[in-house]
Amino acid sequence: MSGPTTLAARRVYAIVLRHLYLLRKSWVRIVEMAYWPTMQMVLWGFIAKFLATNSSWVAQVPGVLVSALLLWEILFRGQLGLSLSFIEELYSRNLGHLFASPLRPMELVAAMICVSAVRTVIGVGTAAVLAWVLYKTSIFSLGLPLVAFFANLLLTGWGIGLMVSALVMRYGLAAENLAWGAIFVTAPISGIYYPISVLPGWLQSIAWWLPTSHVFEGMRGVLMAGTFLWNEFWTAAALNVLFLAVGTGLFLASFNGARKRGMLVQIGE
Amino acid sequence: MSDVQRRGGPADHAIEVVGLVKRFKKVEAVRGISFAVPRGSATALLGGNGAGKTSTLSMLLGLLLPTAGTITILGDDIAHHRYRVLPRMNFTSPYVDLPKSLTVAENLKVFARLYGVPRIRVRIAELVDQLDIGDFLNRPYGTLSAGQRTRVSIAKALLNEPEVLLLDEPTASLDPDVGDRVRAQLMDYRHRSGATLLLASHNMPEVERMCDAVLMMRAGRIVDTGSPADLIARYGRRTMEEVFLDVARGAEAAAAPGASPEPRE
Repeated sequence: MSGPTTLAARRVYAIVLRHLYLLRKSWVRIVEMAYWPTMQMVLWGFIAKFLATNSSWVAQVPGVLVSALLLWEILFRGQLGLSLSFIEELYSRNLGHLFASPLRPMELVAAMICVSAVRTVIGVGTAAVLAWVLYKTSIFSLGLPLVAFFANLLLTGWGIGLMVSALVMRYGLAAENLAWGAIFVTAPISGIYYPISVLPGWLQSIAWWLPTSHVFEGMRGVLMAGTFLWNEFWTAAALNVLFLAVGTGLFLASFNGARKRGMLVQIGE
Repeated sequence: MSDVQRRGGPADHAIEVVGLVKRFKKVEAVRGISFAVPRGSATALLGGNGAGKTSTLSMLLGLLLPTAGTITILGDDIAHHRYRVLPRMNFTSPYVDLPKSLTVAENLKVFARLYGVPRIRVRIAELVDQLDIGDFLNRPYGTLSAGQRTRVSIAKALLNEPEVLLLDEPTASLDPDVGDRVRAQLMDYRHRSGATLLLASHNMPEVERMCDAVLMMRAGRIVDTGSPADLIARYGRRTMEEVFLDVARGAEAAAAPGASPEPRE
């Protein structure tokens, strides 16, 4: 005979089992568990390493960390805005309606980009006002180069956002957490709060393939030396063309895959 | 039958399907079906769960890519000219939804724009009147009852006054009164516009009332066709419900399949 405690334990185990079944079927969920602690540890490890030897250098330029944070938010909000617009359609189980209408996939991409731009302006605009109120740091003190940084970071965000949306279309809402975390894989090697030279050599060669590394080097050029680094700007722009092309290609390939597998009707359920 | 149907010939078919196959890894959901639906007709796609009805409708909409076969709708091969056809057709399905946080009016405005509907306000006002959805026009779609949602989905499906309307279980969640009104609306729309209707349904009285022709599906194949009256006579039954049960359980009709819609297997 089973007592109440045993029965309760069995019910608890049943629920645990239900989640283990889910976990076993989704590598995305397993990766997500390890992702945040790893990223935070790596990012702040490098920041600590840099500040240990260069704290006076940072102190010379008030607001450099706040400006870096705000630029980072442009990238993050740009990517998140695009990915979430797509995920909203999955939540609504609306993809079938959309793609049975005359809407073309590239038109959906264009719409998501527009929505992302609006979301980014709202999100970062609020943060920029707060930064001025709390720390007397205005990101607009960057002047015209801010436009160049803003455009490049948005383009990177959209490229990564398209890649994430492609994965969500491929793996369903199990991959949703990637929308919140994907961009952070670039954080430690983008040189947001420290120069790329702080990174180990092998990591530097990877970092220079990211448009964000060039943007944040450019930001430091403006804030520290008062110089706009045109070579960094053009390199970032060229890499962004590559990121957007890869993102768009993956999104379209994933769309075609979803049509083959019948996921446009079933996804989101 | 209308003149359009009597004339015959490929130009008079709103939908032509030849050798359509859909394979999902090891499962063959649709196994080489061929049929033609005359313009202006109402045709039912009948079959038990898993017969391949929804897969077939999804392929007609281009939401699902066929493994083999061709689909021609309103004279265009949808593999190559999908975007030429899509503005002229529409659909409802219980397997897709509309954004729940948007109001009914907002949803209709969005889809009216997607379909390039001219005079959006006028068209929505017409549909509000016809489908009696005015009471909840400004309520979020997610707060509506299943019956109300179905009516909104049908309003969305009629927004662009489609020439081809695909309906997957259009009255499945409606009470008999609302279901009857929706069927009347769909029939009225068909007679006014000359649209072609292809519907998957499990509601046999609905099929008898609305449809000129029936395609009976089982295990991914079309196993019989004919008008409801013809099928009832050939199976020696009194209702389509009984014919459906015979077909679903594998019984054969006494005579050869009928002529419309035209089987091509």
